[in-house]
Amino acid sequence: MEQKKHKSSIIERKKEVLSGLENLGVKIYDQLDSGYFPSVDMPSRSIENINYDPQLRQFILGDRKVRRSARNIRHVKPFTQLTWAAEFSHELTSQRKTSTLRDVYYSAQAYEMTFKDQQESNNIVTDLETVLGFSREDFNIFPEERSAVFGDLTIEYTVPGYEGKTLNLTSHPDGVLIGPALTSSEFVKTTADKVIAIEKGGLFTRFIEENVHKKYNAILVLTAGQAPRATRHFVRRLNGELNLPVYIFTDGDPWGMHIAMVIISGSANAAHLRELNTPDAKWSGVWATDIVNYKLPTDPLDEVDMKRLGELQRDPRYKDPLWQREIKTFMKIRKKAEQEAFSRYGLTYIVDEYLPAKLEETK
Amino acid sequence: MAQTTFEEISASDFFYRNRDIAGFTSPSRAIFAAIRELVENSLDAAESLKIPPDIYVRLSYEGEASKEAQIYRLRVEDNGIGVPPRHIPSAFGQVLFGSKYKLKQQRGTFGLGGKMAILYGQITTHQPACIFSSTGIAKIYMYKLMIDIQRNRPLILDRKVLINKEQWRGTIVEFCLEGDYFRAMPKILEYFKQTAMMNPYANLTFVDPKGRFYKFTRITKEMPEPPKETKPHPYGVDVELIQRLIQITPYKNMFEFLRHHFHRVGETTANKFLEFSNLSPSRNPKKLSHEEIVRLMHMLKKFREFLPPDASCLSPLGEDLLKAGIVKELKPEFVAVHQRKPATYAGHPFIIEGGIAYGGEIPKQGSFLIYRFANRIPLLYDEASDVSVKVIDSMNWRRYKITPDMPIAILVHVCSTKVPYKTVGKEFIADRPEVRREIANGLREVARQLQHFLTRREHVDRDRKRLGVFSKYLPKIAQFSTKLAGREKLPDIEKLLRSVRKFGAEET
Repeated sequence: MEQKKHKSSIIERKKEVLSGLENLGVKIYDQLDSGYFPSVDMPSRSIENINYDPQLRQFILGDRKVRRSARNIRHVKPFTQLTWAAEFSHELTSQRKTSTLRDVYYSAQAYEMTFKDQQESNNIVTDLETVLGFSREDFNIFPEERSAVFGDLTIEYTVPGYEGKTLNLTSHPDGVLIGPALTSSEFVKTTADKVIAIEKGGLFTRFIEENVHKKYNAILVLTAGQAPRATRHFVRRLNGELNLPVYIFTDGDPWGMHIAMVIISGSANAAHLRELNTPDAKWSGVWATDIVNYKLPTDPLDEVDMKRLGELQRDPRYKDPLWQREIKTFMKIRKKAEQEAFSRYGLTYIVDEYLPAKLEETK
Repeated sequence: MAQTTFEEISASDFFYRNRDIAGFTSPSRAIFAAIRELVENSLDAAESLKIPPDIYVRLSYEGEASKEAQIYRLRVEDNGIGVPPRHIPSAFGQVLFGSKYKLKQQRGTFGLGGKMAILYGQITTHQPACIFSSTGIAKIYMYKLMIDIQRNRPLILDRKVLINKEQWRGTIVEFCLEGDYFRAMPKILEYFKQTAMMNPYANLTFVDPKGRFYKFTRITKEMPEPPKETKPHPYGVDVELIQRLIQITPYKNMFEFLRHHFHRVGETTANKFLEFSNLSPSRNPKKLSHEEIVRLMHMLKKFREFLPPDASCLSPLGEDLLKAGIVKELKPEFVAVHQRKPATYAGHPFIIEGGIAYGGEIPKQGSFLIYRFANRIPLLYDEASDVSVKVIDSMNWRRYKITPDMPIAILVHVCSTKVPYKTVGKEFIADRPEVRREIANGLREVARQLQHFLTRREHVDRDRKRLGVFSKYLPKIAQFSTKLAGREKLPDIEKLLRSVRKFGAEET
């Protein structure tokens, strides 16, 4: 383990975030002070400016820029909110405190520039991400949803009060929350040789009970549906810093498929951000062909499912033959199956039979 | 075979039998019409002397007449010209006798309304009317009289002469009539309010049967120029009128006859017309046959070279007084008025005055408030049939950025020697194309002025709002960025705020 290198990467990143925020402040201050309406330029997040980059294997923003200017009567309030959000984030980051998107929404009310709704405040935070090129988790604003991790990985906290303390992620049988403290930790050591990401809590618990982490030398990650960005970044770090291959298990339907894809190739919503995706991660199941091969109990695909499949079929992230084959099979059989469907062969069948077969198949 | 009998009936008998056409259709309409006719006579009586009118109206309860109607005593006092004593009985007791047969703009036309009111009172209560009048001389004359309906003659029941110590001048009319005040009340109060609006130089006082006191005070002593009497215009005459003129004329030839009895006919025009109509200038008008008179009337209407009638016989209120009246009674935020140039229809001159008022105490009600006047009389019934309403309904108000949900009042005043009423009840004006066009042009002008006002106000509002937004947010941006940049001193944003004040910032 190369501890030094990892430690400095976390601290370096914080420094970059802080100086990015400060530079934004200086820029606005100087414009005001020399008698200009302050403005900032940022890449446009409009749909026409979102492109898929095959090299990076994720969505990126194109060259189109937009200018947010306080000269414009309709922009002056959002501009004020952006400046405030930057100052708020700077305070959080420098004091090493965390906050949620909901906190941001409420905190603004103290400054008489109340956000209309949560969406408006989220948009301002996204603007700030776009201006700075850092994700909100970098300046300590987290979403509400949490996912979990379990496995033999020792981490060292960097959050105030816990600096230097270490924790082994097998220490709690329910798993450990992937929250601000965990995502800002350094990785110390692990015996695992792979990461298994699981969509649903029930199966995650079953895997722990069945000692999957030991049997297959794996770190288990619960995505809890669509993986939060902090979790996606965490998975990327496990893959990048520890060189662990990542296998993703989801329900066998277009939605489960897309949970895996977002971990692998990122989302259009986060096209302004980098380092959230894990391009080499593998979707290991449940595939449409598994439904056929394992003769799983199924539900029919409804209209919405079919429409979604059509969209995915045309999506550049899905151009790989495996994905195209699975989409076609779903469309052919018009059936879907949940991960729990394996229980028809007994509760441990999925761990004893299906899992090793799929890990091998998608190696 | 049935025998048909023919009998001549007197004018008062005719109106007795046909009181509906004069507006006395129901107990509530009757009481409204009676007040209105007498107030109009009083206004005319004061205006003919160019004296600001002071009119006092009292309606008091006398007793029950039936389930629907009560008996009221109506008293109307004015400070007008007064009636010379020898004319008093006829003026108040003989239908179609009056001073209003000459051609000039007046509220009443035939001297009919006031007497109709008295006649109506007599037939519903069988009580005499009491008249006091003085022209300001040493004596006041009092008459108690009734109308002999079949003979159309006044019956004098009592007559007194009083000493006029205070040199009072004016007329008091008092009589009883059947009516339904409580049903008529809204219209009566509206009538006073609109009369006060159109006559801002008049003091109007009304005491109702419950003793409630309504006072409309004048805000000016300025009065419009009284109308001048005029001769009939050739385009507007009929056979009957020509015959009357022939009867009274002292002139012995057609040339002089035309020159002296018709408006806008001078020597040149008279000669041209006689040539045009193949009439000898030396012809004696009294010798014209009936066929020739009919032909003369047609030729008069056909001849294209008469100048249009001039408007000196009209007495519009004038823009200043109109504005003052609207401001006084409606208390709007903005008012625009416009007087059109005189125009004619069928030989009758007319002038349109239009007004539009916005905001202030004008209520928002989802449609325009419409005030219609003819010769300064408010028209309160049959609004939907009136030409003004048709014009207002057909105008494209959106062009002027005006919508019916705004608090807006629109006023149209038609002045004419002959207002084209559709009915004798004088409630709405007929749709004459010439009149319609003038009303439309007048309203377009005031609508444009309102549009300017609204646009200007919108700009001021927007600028104020814009400055408010910048003054609110720029200091915050300054505060947050100072903290974020780690500076001590706030940046100077005064310059920016000044530039917002001066030019406003860009819109896009």
